[in-house]
Amino acid sequence: MDEATQFGFANVNWNLISAELRVQVLELSHQAKAAHLASALSCIDILAVLYESILAFDPSDPNWPDRDRFILSKGHAAAALYAVLARQGVLDSSQLATYGKANSLLEEHPSPNLPGVEAATGSLGHGLPIANGIALASRIQKKSFRVFALLSDGECNEGSVWEAAMFAARHKLSNLCAIVDFNKWQATGRSQEVLALDPLADKWRAFGWAVEEVDGHDHRQLESKLLAKPGQLPRMFIAHTVKGKGISFMEDDNNWHYRVPTREEINIARVELGLA
Amino acid sequence: MRNAFAKAVNDLADDHSDIVLLAGDIGNRLFDEYKKNHPERFYNCGVAEAGMTGIAGGLAASGLHPITYTITPFNTVRCLEQIRLDICYPNYPAIIVGTGAGLSYAGLGATHHSMEDIGLMRMLPNMHVVCPGDAVEVRLAVRAAVELKRPVYIRLGKKGEPQVHSQIPDFTIGKGVILEHGTDVALLSVGNMLSVANEVSTRLRKFGISPCLVSLHTIKPLDDELLSQLFLDCKKVVVIEEHGLAGGAGSAILEWANAKGVDASKAVCFGVKDAFLTACGSQEEARCLLKLDADSIISSVQEYF
Repeated sequence: MDEATQFGFANVNWNLISAELRVQVLELSHQAKAAHLASALSCIDILAVLYESILAFDPSDPNWPDRDRFILSKGHAAAALYAVLARQGVLDSSQLATYGKANSLLEEHPSPNLPGVEAATGSLGHGLPIANGIALASRIQKKSFRVFALLSDGECNEGSVWEAAMFAARHKLSNLCAIVDFNKWQATGRSQEVLALDPLADKWRAFGWAVEEVDGHDHRQLESKLLAKPGQLPRMFIAHTVKGKGISFMEDDNNWHYRVPTREEINIARVELGLA
Repeated sequence: MRNAFAKAVNDLADDHSDIVLLAGDIGNRLFDEYKKNHPERFYNCGVAEAGMTGIAGGLAASGLHPITYTITPFNTVRCLEQIRLDICYPNYPAIIVGTGAGLSYAGLGATHHSMEDIGLMRMLPNMHVVCPGDAVEVRLAVRAAVELKRPVYIRLGKKGEPQVHSQIPDFTIGKGVILEHGTDVALLSVGNMLSVANEVSTRLRKFGISPCLVSLHTIKPLDDELLSQLFLDCKKVVVIEEHGLAGGAGSAILEWANAKGVDASKAVCFGVKDAFLTACGSQEEARCLLKLDADSIISSVQEYF
């Protein structure tokens, strides 16, 4: 096995994976008339890298006790999670087709009753404290599973995020890795204008975390950073992203926080993504 | 009660290696024994109740059995949404312990009073609400909650409450404990009102009224069988709780009576009216102000006989 294969770099066509996942997310939004499309598009590359290359898990046994855990703390991007779980075979296509329909377990925010979902998120500020508990449990049980949590930048408005930040630093939860999908928007405005978010990376450093800034759409960069061996501290990746990434008329346009694409818009997007 | 809790959780942690105790920066020295015996299963989560409850959710999600402990309003009202979503929604085995029920910390002011916790906790699906009446019941309640492996809220007083039970009663979550049998009036005591209710019972008997004294330690689920019997047998069913009348045990019993089709007009609820208590001294003095003392309850009950 050469080094590239060993570390997961080889033969992954990230562009194709990324395009297919984006089309899936567009279709899900259209099918369910569900909001938060742009939020899902801004983090889909991060999810793709985590599930393709980083997380140890068994698609046929989502509750395998030794699995690495991923918590989508920004639960409003549920469609991105469903698309990735379907690609990994945790969900099948018939389940995906129920998204947003009556009696479906696939709700617009992830339900703990759905296999593959680690926490009920959607109310912001819950994922990181839960991730602390999971990281602590791994340590108490003398196991080696890790926990990853993806937060939004708007979510960092929540006080509970910073409560969790202090706990993780105090207990040096090095098996915890958090990522902020820093797309510079929240529901009603620029995240820096709603509250004083900057300097976001320095805030996390000041809270005692090992912080790195990354390009949240550069799969290979994400992969190599996430594969790096952690030190003594909990890790935070501030991932610079573009809301609505990948579809020209959605990029950095916050109207797509709530808008649902028409069939015509999906067709245009498919052409842009090379999947017409 | 809090000493009984500390001893119970220490003893249980010996046999239950999944117990993890989380405290919100209180209980100085209270958990020394536990910390000595189980150092890797105690965490002071700081003055951060939302964060603590989320940690409990993550521990429970990973197969452990967390117990969170801090002052009642901070461990219920403050972190209500974390209890709702991180514990109750996934139906995890986790125990939320509030110390300082009702007016236990009367003198500390309304910030530390707890008149809403029973109501809020019983509104949460999957939650069990347990209010032990004395130190004996605390030990039994903690053991029962650990064995239940579901979301449980345990409402403690503080320390030094009179011990009412002279022997160890049968204790099951969801089943009231009958301390005295009687046929005229049922006295349903909730949590730390047990010693007051016990005094009410003793003195009513001297007046020729026959009370059935019950420690109704579980408010959710209610003891359907016992309540049905008491509403059938007794002229009045008196609920005594150090909690707001809105949403508390009395309110729960009125809802139960309405749903059951029994005569809800038999119920008489003693609790706290819809107001903050802004001037008070000790717990006993506050109870007198609010007519939750034995004298006040006895004279009200006597009017029905």
